[in-house]
Amino acid sequence: MVKKLTKEQQDFQQYINKKKPKPPYIKNAFFAFLVGGFICTIGQFILNFYISLGLTFKEAGAPTSATMVFIGALLTGLGIYDDIGKIAGAGSVVPITGFANSIVSPAMEFKREGYVFGVAAKMFVVAGPVLVYGLTSSFIVGLIYYLFKL
Amino acid sequence: MADRKIGSQTIKFNKPPSIIGTGTVVGPKEGIGPLKDYFDLIINDDLYSEKSWEKAERKMLKEASEMAIKNSKIPFANIEYFISGDLLNQIISSAFTARELGSPFLGIYGACSTIAEGMGLGAILIDGGYADNLLVATSSHFCTAERQFRFPLELGNQRPPTAQWTVTGAGAAVVSSDIKNPRITYFTFGKIIDMGEVDSNSMGTAMAPAAVDTMIRHFQDTGRTPDYYDLIVTGDLSSIGKDVAEDLMKQKGYDISNNYTDCGIMIYNNKQDVHSGGSGCACAATVTCGYLFKQMLEKKYNRVLLVATGALLSTTSSQQGETIPCIAYALSLENL
Repeated sequence: MVKKLTKEQQDFQQYINKKKPKPPYIKNAFFAFLVGGFICTIGQFILNFYISLGLTFKEAGAPTSATMVFIGALLTGLGIYDDIGKIAGAGSVVPITGFANSIVSPAMEFKREGYVFGVAAKMFVVAGPVLVYGLTSSFIVGLIYYLFKL
Repeated sequence: MADRKIGSQTIKFNKPPSIIGTGTVVGPKEGIGPLKDYFDLIINDDLYSEKSWEKAERKMLKEASEMAIKNSKIPFANIEYFISGDLLNQIISSAFTARELGSPFLGIYGACSTIAEGMGLGAILIDGGYADNLLVATSSHFCTAERQFRFPLELGNQRPPTAQWTVTGAGAAVVSSDIKNPRITYFTFGKIIDMGEVDSNSMGTAMAPAAVDTMIRHFQDTGRTPDYYDLIVTGDLSSIGKDVAEDLMKQKGYDISNNYTDCGIMIYNNKQDVHSGGSGCACAATVTCGYLFKQMLEKKYNRVLLVATGALLSTTSSQQGETIPCIAYALSLENL
């Protein structure tokens, strides 16, 4: 159990919160919109490309995701994705390329601790929570959907 | 009877020990900063031709230590103790460097305040008559600190404006009973001050009250005023923390705005994308052993108060929602 703050600490926190500069929300949101939109546009091109090869819209989804994951992983490996992320924030975190970045970056970082306890064990250190809660919530939503359809 | 203790937390040295030589190694980013001319060695690769960041950090620590001994012009065998600490779990950089150096070793942990804590303890050993020459050193590395305390380097995330940049580098100093300038005249121990900050991305504001507490204690114990010093330097509060410290000092009736600066602000220029400034053990250490020491040798400054601060948190305590306990040690460096 974390201790409750004393009056003196609370007053100091209030004072500090006024002192701390706020992140540039509008600028961040603008770049997130721009970069996020750009990544999705690339995704659309790739999707159209797979459709032009004769896949249906539904079938083209999987190879598109795979290609985007590959691009995200490649840019992470080349040391470019973190620079994009610094400017774009959520704009490059939310798309599937960001998911690739969150898995490849710890895998690279912990390679020196070996392939078992380093790469494999640490690979999901950032993406793990996303997977756990993503899968759990999709299961619950699916269950609700199923029950309502009955 | 403790005749060298004055007031409640300060030690006044009978024969003030001297700093007779220093060594500093910094990374490429620090090597293009405003203090670049004051560092002994600037490495051009963060890995320093090693296989891991941790190995690179300890190589810097070893080189800085050897350089300090060389610059102090005493034989290596005369080093009676090696006092060192760093940020990595179980202070491995220090212990592994001590393994290479082979001197009797005292490992300490004061986070970013380590250099002041180490020099203070070293001065006590010397003035107490327990040694004639000893080495104090510390190091930090942006990449080792990031992976231990934060995220993988290549993860594309944004840092808040209050965040600080861990200095890549190492600083070392030989403290001696030889009579030379600059001297360590007073050492004020800090108490743990915790004003309820939980945000580990805002260390400057967390540590500012600790710096203020130690500074006021120092002035009360010694009877000195802020004007006595040519320069008062806190060790890594950075821009926001420095503001807070100045404010708090003013509230307590001490105006330090004329001669006060902070290591975290000095080491980088504001175009270097470090948010509020530098941090890490090497921040106060390289500024002190590099810039301050050399300025004091040239008598540009004759009386400097170094107040190095440390945030004594761990990733575990942060994740469990604990507030950050902070400390500051004040060291009075003077040309006598």
